[in-house]
Amino acid sequence: MPDFLKSVLSLFNAPYGEILLQGCLLTTWLTVFSFVLAVMLGTCLAMLRVSGNSFCERVVAAYVSYQQNVPMLVHILLWYFGVSNVLPIFMQDTLNYFGSEFIYPAIAIGLCMAAYYSEDIRSGLRAIPHGQHEASRSLGLSYLKSMRYVVIPQALRMCAPPFINHTVLLFKNTSLAMAVGAAEMTYAVRDIENQTFLTFQAYSIATLFYLVVSLALMALGSYVAHRTRIPTR
Amino acid sequence: MFEIIANNWQQLLVGQYPQGALGGLALTMILSVLGLIIAFPLSVVLAFCRISPYKVLNIPATILVYVVRGLPLVMLVFWSYFLVPVLVGQSVSGFTALICTLVIYEAAYLSEVVRAGIQSIPEGQVEAARSLGMSYRKTMLKVVLPQALYNMVPSLISQFVSLIKETSIGYVISVQEITFSANQINTQLLTKPFEVFAILALTYYILCFCLTQFAKWAERRTTQKRLGLRSPKGGELNDPVLESQ
Repeated sequence: MPDFLKSVLSLFNAPYGEILLQGCLLTTWLTVFSFVLAVMLGTCLAMLRVSGNSFCERVVAAYVSYQQNVPMLVHILLWYFGVSNVLPIFMQDTLNYFGSEFIYPAIAIGLCMAAYYSEDIRSGLRAIPHGQHEASRSLGLSYLKSMRYVVIPQALRMCAPPFINHTVLLFKNTSLAMAVGAAEMTYAVRDIENQTFLTFQAYSIATLFYLVVSLALMALGSYVAHRTRIPTR
Repeated sequence: MFEIIANNWQQLLVGQYPQGALGGLALTMILSVLGLIIAFPLSVVLAFCRISPYKVLNIPATILVYVVRGLPLVMLVFWSYFLVPVLVGQSVSGFTALICTLVIYEAAYLSEVVRAGIQSIPEGQVEAARSLGMSYRKTMLKVVLPQALYNMVPSLISQFVSLIKETSIGYVISVQEITFSANQINTQLLTKPFEVFAILALTYYILCFCLTQFAKWAERRTTQKRLGLRSPKGGELNDPVLESQ
């Protein structure tokens, strides 16, 4: 056992420690970038979905169903190999500035998770009875105010659990970027494994990393949900 | 785009089958059906371990479920690609490693579905069965599980859809399912990556969309039956409550 620990620790020394650190950083960046993209787009999609305009609603529904019924890996491959090829040259150059194996998977993951987030937000909004809205309007609140003070605070609480689950899913899915050569955590440990043949030790490090972050996200989510819940009698 | 389909449909459908190993869409389907068939009984066992009051069963099952939920599928694939040969004592194909991964992953997720299904059966049913003198095992097998499983059919179909999507991970360990086939076609053609991967995405979309719609239909049906709006023979009954709304 001490030997095992020693060999695990040896992977944190140069030059492997640096590879691990880079992998950890890239996973974080992928997560942050696609999370921000997904939340922003998801919110817009959810707004359009409940806007009442039937054309918008249909377009959003089609988008969501496309994103949810195609595997994440295929999205990433389509963006990395396909879309990168048909974009105009100046856009290719702009995106390649960030590194093509980072930016295309990040966009693909962000666009896909946006569909999931928009569904979460929509079901949260739908779970609030219409009477709440009507009551606040008849008390003299404007549309925006009744949204701001009555509907959205409740809806956010309703959609918290699926939102957290999907954030964990987003974090885990960043590992798929290794398929197109992004040097994130999974790619990094594969790299180290190829160089040192310490398979068990290298995978253990990555496993621990993913487990700790995922469980921390779940714990944080349930803590926030618990703290902000509406007390019931 | 149609030209690509016309020239390569065989490879997308069955891989290099008559000359080589079976692959393509056929392999994707085999992987997902086999995965579900093996994972389902395991998930029922896991679910019973999770609701069992015995810590010996409860704690390991809970740990397993949380570990699988916290790990990316890619990581699990690499683990089983590395560990299964060590456990079996001989080298295994990518297919076997992938099946093992999918079974473990899906069993953990399905066990949560089964657990929710079992716990959604009213407590009164269990109490009634127990007071009629049935043992715990008999209560579960004859009263709770039949009802729970029937209510679970829609979620089972959606889990099957996610299983189909998860088989695409075979690409990273060179299992020749449809994503891998599409990539092969792409490397042969070289100049049309967008078209090839769009075809791949569309294939997955059509397959999974049909199954999702089927799951929604099944959901409506089981809900109706649960609320007693549908007679056992299938005809719709009139429901005064719903009609008045």
